Amino acid sequence: MTTLAVPVARQSAPRLPRLSLVGIAFGAVMVLGAAVMLLPFAWMISTSLKTAGATFVMPPQLIPAEPTLDNYAAAFTTLPMGRFLLNSLLVSLASTVLMVLNCAMAGYAFARIPFRGRTLLFYTYLATLMVPQQVTLTPLFVLMTQLGWTNTYQALILPGSFGAFGTFLMRQFFQKLPREVEEAAFIDGAGYIRIFFGIAIHLARPALATLFIFAFMQSWNNFLWPLIITSDTQMMTLPLGLSALQGRYTTNWNVLMAGTVISTLPVLAVYVFAQKYIIRGLSHTGLK
Amino acid sequence: MSAASFSRGWPKYGALAVLLAPSLAGMAIFVMGPILGSLALSFSSWDMFADIEWIGIENYTKAVADPAVRTALGNTLLFILGYLPPVVSIGLGLALMLNRTFPGRTLFRAIYFVPVVTSWVAVSLVWKWLLNPEFGLINYGLSLLGVDGPGWLYDPQWAMAGIVLTSIWKDVGFIMVIYLAGLQEIPNNLYEAAEIDGIHPLQVFWRITLPLLAPTTFFVTTISLINSFQVFDQVWIMTEGGPAGATSVIMELIYKNAFRYYQMGYASAISWLLFAIIFAVTIAQHLLQRRWGATE
Repeated sequence: MTTLAVPVARQSAPRLPRLSLVGIAFGAVMVLGAAVMLLPFAWMISTSLKTAGATFVMPPQLIPAEPTLDNYAAAFTTLPMGRFLLNSLLVSLASTVLMVLNCAMAGYAFARIPFRGRTLLFYTYLATLMVPQQVTLTPLFVLMTQLGWTNTYQALILPGSFGAFGTFLMRQFFQKLPREVEEAAFIDGAGYIRIFFGIAIHLARPALATLFIFAFMQSWNNFLWPLIITSDTQMMTLPLGLSALQGRYTTNWNVLMAGTVISTLPVLAVYVFAQKYIIRGLSHTGLK
Repeated sequence: MSAASFSRGWPKYGALAVLLAPSLAGMAIFVMGPILGSLALSFSSWDMFADIEWIGIENYTKAVADPAVRTALGNTLLFILGYLPPVVSIGLGLALMLNRTFPGRTLFRAIYFVPVVTSWVAVSLVWKWLLNPEFGLINYGLSLLGVDGPGWLYDPQWAMAGIVLTSIWKDVGFIMVIYLAGLQEIPNNLYEAAEIDGIHPLQVFWRITLPLLAPTTFFVTTISLINSFQVFDQVWIMTEGGPAGATSVIMELIYKNAFRYYQMGYASAISWLLFAIIFAVTIAQHLLQRRWGATE
């Protein structure tokens, strides 16, 4: 379980001297850095509440003099932002659940069931990790076109639902899991399938959560694949819809920022409540 | 009953069919098949409409001589050069600071990580507006310092700098979190010993922290390098490769060839060249790390 260690500070982590010159400089750097990270978000929200006139005023107003919600109305009426949100939710949830489930099952099979060619097959899985995903885009697009799947949910969901990385992660987890409980069930006459669904998958909750967060973030923010596979506005996910909004409102920054707020808010809301788990999950998988 | 007999459990082919087959089918159709398909396509000339034509290595010889490929490769390297060293060192710096205990530490860590969870499209749009030459916040800030800000994304000289800046801002929290995890692995008694011996903190950093973080640094640079060779989203939203090709990168070239000009074969060949470059760089880095590790 060492891969699931929480990155918290050691008890005796170096402590800062209080109110020294170094301490003040340290605090200043931290606060300045935080301001650099947050200012773009403040600017985004502020612009989204401005009238067209106030958007192009110098010096810029960080707090709009006459705040308005018109831009949000404009974003929602020009493009079906609500539909984009639902599409994103559906696609990300379906693809994440499928990914977690098939990776957990395959990871368990690779860890526990001996069969001929297991090592070879597992190395074949691992080898696919070496090839950047981008290599597969062209043939995947051809495949989807030939199946008549362009602008469909299955085309948005399925290609992102399989991966060697998740399988590898789950196999590692199950290999480290003590076998005793499963053996007891085996003696009682349970087979692999019952042991997996009845016992192993419950013990694997921390690993499943890590994989879930990783897969969901990846799917939610995915831009390139939806860009390739959807042209129908009704089928767009949020990142793609946002880029379509840019196509309509090239220089209407107040409307564009309203769209950006709409697309960013759900993630930020989840992040505020689950940041501990999200940071932990993403730092363990070590991938974005 | 021993562990061996659990592993040898009998009706295992039924179990394999249920547990492994879904993943295997998905991997074959959506991952392995397309990899082989892409390799095959790279030896063909095909626009998705006319009959496919097999042309051997012509796509590769064409790509190697193509000025567009060279420009894109050069720009990708420029991006990596401008992005990688700052993002890794700032990420390390933040991790070192956040590894100390002080009030509000968790909050700061969470704030630095916010851009990581935000989508590239949203981040790119916000930064495109921040970098607006006339009404953007950044040039306004520069004007307060008496500096006449550049045209950023509209100026071929500065467009890549704008993309690099955006990317550093977005990814620095990710690097920081990986380094924070790496710092947990360093045994505390090393620091205690150094303190007893009265060793200067800078010496401690160069002699203890940095060498012991080498595996993390290797991991972080490898991942970031692989990702930056494939840089696409921010380029596509912010400049589409412009102005005048100043930010044209490899992935953008592949995208345009495949999905704008429908040159499926040529696009596949360029993507395999990209793979070859990434592969070679990863191997070189691995060898370098082993040599470095041996001399430590």
